[in-house]
Amino acid sequence: MRLKISHKTTYTYDKPVYYALQQIRLTPRTADGQKVLNWTSTFTGGERQVSFEDQFRNPVDLVLMAGTEKLEIVSEGEVEVEDRNGVVGMGKGLMPLWVFMPKTAATSPGPQLRKLVKPFEKQVAEDQLATMHRLSEAIGEAVEYTVGATTSATTAEEAVVAGKGVCQDHAHVMITAARLLGRPARYVSGYLLMEGVTEQDATHAWCEIFIERLGWVGFDVSNAVCPDDRYVRVAVGRDYADAAPVHGLRQGDAQEELCVSLQVQQ
Amino acid sequence: MTNGKFFDEMSEAGGAPRAPYARYADWFSGEDPKSLLKKSAEAETFFRRIGITFNVYGQSEADERLIPFDIVPRIIAASEWRQLERGIEQRVRAINAFLADIYNKQEILKSGRLPAHIISGNEAYLPQMVGVSPPGGVYTHIVGTDLVRTGENQFYVLEDNARTPSGVSYMLENRETMLQMFPELFTQMRVKPVSSYPAELRRSLSESAPPGCTSAKPTLAVLTPGIHNSAYFEHSFLADQMGAELVEASDLRIVDGKVAMRTIRGYKPIDVIYRRVDDAFLDPLNFNPESLLGVPGIMDVYRAGNITIANAPGTGIADDKALYSYMPDIVEFYTGEKAILQNVPTWRCSEEDSLKYVLDHLAELVVKEVHGSGGYGMLVGPAASKKELAEFEAKLRARPGNYIAQPTLALSTVPIMTQKGLAPRHVDLRPFVLVSPKKIHITAGGLTRVALKEGSLVVNSSQGGGTKDTWVLGD
Repeated sequence: MRLKISHKTTYTYDKPVYYALQQIRLTPRTADGQKVLNWTSTFTGGERQVSFEDQFRNPVDLVLMAGTEKLEIVSEGEVEVEDRNGVVGMGKGLMPLWVFMPKTAATSPGPQLRKLVKPFEKQVAEDQLATMHRLSEAIGEAVEYTVGATTSATTAEEAVVAGKGVCQDHAHVMITAARLLGRPARYVSGYLLMEGVTEQDATHAWCEIFIERLGWVGFDVSNAVCPDDRYVRVAVGRDYADAAPVHGLRQGDAQEELCVSLQVQQ
Repeated sequence: MTNGKFFDEMSEAGGAPRAPYARYADWFSGEDPKSLLKKSAEAETFFRRIGITFNVYGQSEADERLIPFDIVPRIIAASEWRQLERGIEQRVRAINAFLADIYNKQEILKSGRLPAHIISGNEAYLPQMVGVSPPGGVYTHIVGTDLVRTGENQFYVLEDNARTPSGVSYMLENRETMLQMFPELFTQMRVKPVSSYPAELRRSLSESAPPGCTSAKPTLAVLTPGIHNSAYFEHSFLADQMGAELVEASDLRIVDGKVAMRTIRGYKPIDVIYRRVDDAFLDPLNFNPESLLGVPGIMDVYRAGNITIANAPGTGIADDKALYSYMPDIVEFYTGEKAILQNVPTWRCSEEDSLKYVLDHLAELVVKEVHGSGGYGMLVGPAASKKELAEFEAKLRARPGNYIAQPTLALSTVPIMTQKGLAPRHVDLRPFVLVSPKKIHITAGGLTRVALKEGSLVVNSSQGGGTKDTWVLGD
């Protein structure tokens, strides 16, 4: 399927920003069942300093803001995606699998997560893939999709305790659970074509679990499916902090406001 | 001089001087001990005047302290040095090959020569370095290999110090002091100079500039955490000596895709940064966000190939104590040769049999924390009280994986000048190694640390050690 994406992110401030750096991970890469036909990123109110591939091979732009009150990031292009039933495969990256095993700040399990995982401990030894499907369903039931109940700083355990969350929380919970079951797991941020909806208010997120002999397999807990040709992978990492579309550091006390306009179309 | 139990580098068992010390011993016998003691006191004044002091961690009152200097040189023969040089060069080559491998294809783990858990569970492994290939494959531009000697031909590597080894300013100042106090000795004996170290450092770092740097004279800077750091003197000294800027994080920002420093004529891009700031604090955008000592975005500029960071981030995995016992395998894996320098036999307390042995022989062993440095958190069995032994036993049982143990080595002695004349004290040696894409340069000399307390085997300056000038003789 060919997807056309236009994504505008605007940060506005109540006064000029003295000095800020933004790492921007908003460029999809041709790999593992997706082909980027064309893509451009433009920055207004900031200057691109360097472009590089990070340790997970995500393309990154480092953008510097100095003395402006607004940063506008426009990422757009077309991507051809194959339906692989969620199977991303072994990948060609250098990052060793064990990097995706330890807990991170957002994926530290607490008692509620351990309780959630308990029933799957035996099954996972017999059939990793089937167990992950069941785990995904269980998380979907335990954590209801609710906008506004959590923030980007909410941890997996907190989301389970609240019983509510968005795609980021679902991904963090699934990652934490899979790691507790001994499977390497990673966070994916990207785009999703939604039926009947062109205008979206945020990028999407899901996760990938490493299944022996099969490689990385995607799970979108929020939509209770494995990613198909409606999904464009943009960045991966151990959790949201590694793969966030924008990660920045700002000097000064300017107040920030974020506005996103996103269209994903066929 | 020697009590027979330890190898003394100056005197044979019978009291006759060993060959490298023959001339020195002859000169010494003609000197008046009183005037030598007076010179000893002069040396201290000299050090105070140039301001070479050292902050000791964990001592709130004495913030700055002088590292005691002893006026009797440590002398190494040309042939002894050649052997050391070959061994160090081999080891440093292997370390750089290992770092290139461990942050890229990880062949050594795939081959099974190094168990994956040594790396995977190790906090010194920096995932942010995966896929980075620094210019010339050089990760450790500056290395300070710690060596000890136990006999005529027995040298052991104690630590590889591949992060940011300090102490080179002492090597230079100790020599300067000796030249001033005993000029006649240097005319009688052919001592190899060490004074070119700053120029060699400048050359070596310049050769390591990123490929995009076309200038014949790359811009170098020394990044210091600031005046409160224990090695601040050395940072400013080295910057001054090699004609580079001494900068702190607040002097730096990203300009046109490069790291640039503030100057009176605006921002100037830096090609090579010799940083004396630890990895975790180097870049608040990519590592510890609370760090005020680092440069936001420097890792991004580094990954883009626009700056060389010396030493590269993540080199700590190579000198991690959990890895130490595998060094002979690492040398062999990457060089195809047997290690020239010996490793100290090491028990990994994470292994059950080793732990049992260590607990049974605690009073004979030296136990070290896997991640510790500076002689903190270690146990010297033979010097420990019953209470200390019991406390350490509890620690070992609680977290065995956190410790390694080694036999108490019979460290060689070199005499120091005391009120009662010459008296033997234990020493170690830290030669300084510079690595560039073109060559490995080892300064003929180094820092000799000496345990000033009679019988003590702990030479760390933070634990009451002193220093000596180290003379490598010409042929």
